Amino acid sequence: MKYLTEFRDGELAKKLFVEIASLVTRTWTLMEVCGGQTHSIIRNGIDQLLPRQIQLIHGPGCPVCVTPVEQIDRALAIAALPKVTFCSFGDMLRVPGSHGDLFQVKSQGGDVRVVYSPLDAVKLARENPNSEIVFFAIGFETTAPANAMAVYQAKRLGLKNFSLLVSHVLVPPAMEAILNAPENSVQGFLAAGHVCSVMGYHQYPQLAKRFRVPIVITGFEPLDLLEGIRRAVLQLEAGQAFVENTYPRVVSLEGNRPAQDRIAEVFELTDRIWRGMGWIPKSGWRLREEYRGFDAEWKFELPDLPVVADTVCRSGEILRGTLKPNRCPAFGNSCTPRTPLGATMVSSEGACAAYFNYGRLIDLNLKSVPEVETASCPA
Amino acid sequence: MCLAVPGQLESIHEVDGTRMGKVNFGGILKEVCLEFVPDLEVGDYTIVHVGFALSKIDEQTARETLEAIASLNNLEEELGPGDNSS
Ligand code: SF4
Repeated sequence: MKYLTEFRDGELAKKLFVEIASLVTRTWTLMEVCGGQTHSIIRNGIDQLLPRQIQLIHGPGCPVCVTPVEQIDRALAIAALPKVTFCSFGDMLRVPGSHGDLFQVKSQGGDVRVVYSPLDAVKLARENPNSEIVFFAIGFETTAPANAMAVYQAKRLGLKNFSLLVSHVLVPPAMEAILNAPENSVQGFLAAGHVCSVMGYHQYPQLAKRFRVPIVITGFEPLDLLEGIRRAVLQLEAGQAFVENTYPRVVSLEGNRPAQDRIAEVFELTDRIWRGMGWIPKSGWRLREEYRGFDAEWKFELPDLPVVADTVCRSGEILRGTLKPNRCPAFGNSCTPRTPLGATMVSSEGACAAYFNYGRLIDLNLKSVPEVETASCPA
Repeated sequence: MCLAVPGQLESIHEVDGTRMGKVNFGGILKEVCLEFVPDLEVGDYTIVHVGFALSKIDEQTARETLEAIASLNNLEEELGPGDNSS
């Protein structure tokens, strides 16, 4: 067992495709919440092999993509300060703020570094007591345990030169916001498996009941995704709406208790602005009062920076699931992974990048096929 | 960046009182924090995200999922073997 190859088995996938096709009697629209799932779906051509009646809408589950311009602007301002070493996951460096991106700050002399884990940033803080080490703590519930642990460690070690620029967001409030939107067309969710591995899924039954939508917790390999789709379609065809877990090898109802405890110790609920979806109440986490000394926004006392709105990029609509990437006029023309105009093309999990990297270059009404560029994707 | 990937725990050690381990991802070894999955043992498979083990992969449940998919009775197969099975 390696837990990858077995869940990519072509014969079993075929079985699931046949089964799904035999179940469908009308059109259904499903949303896969997580950007990692979007990538797997597009890379494996699952969307194209499914019966035409099943529409997959790509959800807002890419933390790089939903981080709002306001927060990118704060990152740019902090990273440009003298004596600051600004650490981030790699994808964030090219996300445009109102005036440039982190790469530009770096090229102008700012100390901007890419780290693999927030603990790498804690290590930097220990080794460089004369620098202020700031970590850009973006992410969903999956990333929160790591960021909580970084702050906890920094406190335990008595570090005074470590802080987080926190931009944590939560999946269930975003699902609720999508369902509440007047233009909503989502009839069922493939819920993000790794978010649930941390938080469990006891928050979902009330959503499934209130909005009458099936919520199926789904993994990331082709068989996982197809099984998630099959179960969602089974429910929809039977007029049912409940929560199912098709990823039990990783996800339990209660989730990861030690991780939840550490998160609760360090973070508390807060309202957040999402790119594309705007302000959503209680949709994120911020550091608790006791950890204020580790909060970069408090430490560096930034003025409110005026946001310059982007007029070309339509990533907001992409993130709400109301526009397919290859319907954006800039897609594949002025906007490619090499010259990204928006977060959903920058991020390796963004829907625009997925469409570009896996050759979904045309939609029915797009006549010219841009040349395929080979961009690397870590997914 | 939100991707979490499965790997196999190869060894366990401690750094400043924190439980860490070396996890093998298809030949690439990475140091991973094990604090959130305290019962993880060498040889176990785990889901890792930004340097943290988040969940132990349950081998038996994995098998059961695969078996359930394999035993799906597709209409095609139900009708298929009838006449031409030897
Ligand atoms: S293709 Fe580029 S410009 Fe269009 S929505 Fe996607 S990221 Fe924005």
